[in-house]
Amino acid sequence: MAVAIRLSALSKKFGRFSANRNISLLVEKGTIHALVGENGAGKSTLTKIIYGMHRPTSGEMFIDGKGVSFSSPREAIHSGIGMVHQHFMLIPELTVTENIILGNEHCGLFQRILLKKSKALILNDAEAYGLALDPDALVGSLSIGEQQRVEILKLLFRRAAIMIFDEPTAVLTPLETERFFATLRSLRDRGKTIILITHKLDEVLAVADMVSVMRRGEIVGTIPVALATKGELARMMVGRNLLMRVTNPPASPGETILSINRLGFRTKKGVERLHDLSLLIRAGEIYGIAGVEGNGQSELLQILWGLAPEGAIISGEALLKGSSLIGRSPAEIADMGVSHIPEDRLRHAVISNYTVSENLLFGRHRERFFHQGIGFNTHRLNRYAKEMIADYALSCSSPNRQSLRALSGGNQQKVVLARELSRPAVSLLLLAQPTRGVDIGAIETIHKKIIEARASGMAILLLSSELEEIIALSTRIGCLYKGSIRHEFSLEEVELKRDSGHEFQKEIGIHIT
Amino acid sequence: MNRKSTRLLIPLLSILSALVVSTLIIFMAGRDPLMIFLKMFHATFGSAYGSGQVLFRMTTLIFVALAVALPFQVRLFNIGAEGQLLLGAFAAAMTGAMLPAWLPSLASITLCIISAMAAGAGWALLAAVLKVRFGVNEVIGTIMLNFIAQGITGYFLTWHFAIPSTVHTAPITDAAVIPAFGTLTGWFANSPANLSTILAIGIALLFRMLIFSSRFGYEMRAVGLQPDAARYGGIKAGMHTLTAMGLGGAAAGLGAANIVLGYRHSFEAGMTGGVGFTGIAVALLAGAHPLWILLSALFFGVLEYGGLTVNAWIPKDIFMIIEALTILLVITFSALGRRLQQE
Repeated sequence: MAVAIRLSALSKKFGRFSANRNISLLVEKGTIHALVGENGAGKSTLTKIIYGMHRPTSGEMFIDGKGVSFSSPREAIHSGIGMVHQHFMLIPELTVTENIILGNEHCGLFQRILLKKSKALILNDAEAYGLALDPDALVGSLSIGEQQRVEILKLLFRRAAIMIFDEPTAVLTPLETERFFATLRSLRDRGKTIILITHKLDEVLAVADMVSVMRRGEIVGTIPVALATKGELARMMVGRNLLMRVTNPPASPGETILSINRLGFRTKKGVERLHDLSLLIRAGEIYGIAGVEGNGQSELLQILWGLAPEGAIISGEALLKGSSLIGRSPAEIADMGVSHIPEDRLRHAVISNYTVSENLLFGRHRERFFHQGIGFNTHRLNRYAKEMIADYALSCSSPNRQSLRALSGGNQQKVVLARELSRPAVSLLLLAQPTRGVDIGAIETIHKKIIEARASGMAILLLSSELEEIIALSTRIGCLYKGSIRHEFSLEEVELKRDSGHEFQKEIGIHIT
Repeated sequence: MNRKSTRLLIPLLSILSALVVSTLIIFMAGRDPLMIFLKMFHATFGSAYGSGQVLFRMTTLIFVALAVALPFQVRLFNIGAEGQLLLGAFAAAMTGAMLPAWLPSLASITLCIISAMAAGAGWALLAAVLKVRFGVNEVIGTIMLNFIAQGITGYFLTWHFAIPSTVHTAPITDAAVIPAFGTLTGWFANSPANLSTILAIGIALLFRMLIFSSRFGYEMRAVGLQPDAARYGGIKAGMHTLTAMGLGGAAAGLGAANIVLGYRHSFEAGMTGGVGFTGIAVALLAGAHPLWILLSALFFGVLEYGGLTVNAWIPKDIFMIIEALTILLVITFSALGRRLQQE
């Protein structure tokens, strides 16, 4: 069979960060090729390279056997590549026809637009692929599913042979999804090549022919869908063989610190994100939450840190040593003895333009210990910064001058960890993705520190997309699926299965899909 | 290139290039650029009176630039310094005129200054409340409030408080006058330069400390740089919007005190002459840093007064062009500088 796209040793770096590493991939003509992976695995970067929005740092790309190097989407479109973005690129005030021909009017700048001829072409395409639409309707008046059809017609109008869909079903209702899949199949049957980006494994199994799994910027496997199972795909997506394993001495948990009771979360629009979620965390234990992203992890953290979006409906209770966390502000929650290391630390946990010292203080700047007059006690601050740098093996020579953005990902995370773990009188740590984007060297230090914190009696709620990390660190494991804990592994089970690696991962895999 | 030297180089480079461009423009207008620049120099730094005029203008500019710079730390554009200045001036003049003559000088001046600050702060806070409570963009809010301030002061002046057949209010009591340097020490004789200049430098130092050395400034800058992170860190962004705008408005009020209490001694139609807008340029040129504002205000003070003095030889419009060109060049150059630093 003919090859539509061939990528060979493609890499993309943003500064020091490798978004795509050594990617080689074959996509056959006339197939639906799914690309799956967690957020941040590099799917978007890869498709942006194919669509000409990013230039690869190294490597080669071939379309229909010809070597190409796009410097803009315009060139990619010219080579027959089309993309439907997650957020549609449509102008609501224009009609369907006007939107479709936009940028491709087939006439001079000051000539009359051939609306009638275009309309006929569009209707022709619509009929051929079963995409019923009124070409004169205003796009703003269409449903989301219909708008998606406009996007597809746009690609057909441009005679795109390769179509990229970025999370196309994220906004569709189940019925619209069914219909969309039918369209995808008919596109494939007429020889179009389709790249489907998603993290919904059910959809991959339902519609794709081949599937590639991405993790940490690399493709970890490409298999025919006929041979794939959901559990196996999930394990490939979230599992990872850590190079080193931290020693995790047996835990002896104490009193209950956090008790969550039948917690529910409904968005403003009424979508249920958490449903009857219950769990207990005791002092001196790490409660790991395993689950595929998007099953309620973010919402759980938002509630516990007092940042649930306005209009969200929260039910149930979340008690820290008996007093409720719901309805309090982040500052109040921190005062109650809670530390939080958010998943997106560059956006939420640090001020990248501030110096390392200032960042070691961030969020703790209300502590009296650091105060002097209207400002800060520089002497105490320097001593504290020095201690943290030594204690966490931070590579940073002048914390008062170096800005945080100059540090590597691992060192940035160490700054956050140092700050949050050394908060006085912390009883609960909310820890999300502790080693995301962190180099291997720093992972070991970070894992050691987490185990140390547990041993000193802290209760830790750990969320991670790395299954291996959850298994290595947790005392107990809860499997999160569609907003509730579907299965819980007890302390004894985790102890017993921790070293069986693969088998345990598979078992967890079953409970999170 | 390290950061410090680019920081210095970029404003200098932009002023220099503005100077070159304006030389060309003056030349094209058929005048001798060297003669014009020399005349300007003599009329400003060359005489005690001229220096005093520059100092007086600089003082107002420092205050209004601070009114722009503080909100800028939380990424708010205060376009309303002009309106805050107008209301401040009106409040100072009214208070000064109503105070009993027997009240001691220090008390009179303090009361007038407080009322000017309160008027400026209140007007700025209005825009801040609209922003925090209803999400009204502060640029639109402050621009509209400028018009309203103009309307209010104009109406009250014309219909209620102007002395018949004049365009100004009754003069403030003698005790409320901020002494001029000329009457105190004989420096800058007969010029409007007054003790407010010292206050302006003090307030600039205070703002510097507030922004860069206090816990308040630490939180405020965090809100400006990364609002999401500030929320996670338990910082209340709304509170900082309110205080930054409020304090900025108060600074604009102080600028009004310089004009009314230090020089004009009454409120007059059109007395602010758009200096509130020049303040935006002053703050931009200084990168919103309170200490650089001192220098940048001096530069614009020279331009403003210098432009007036060479009126006979070259139209003031040329100097408007120089001012505006400088701002444009600064913005272009600083964008260029940022790109250089990133690469």
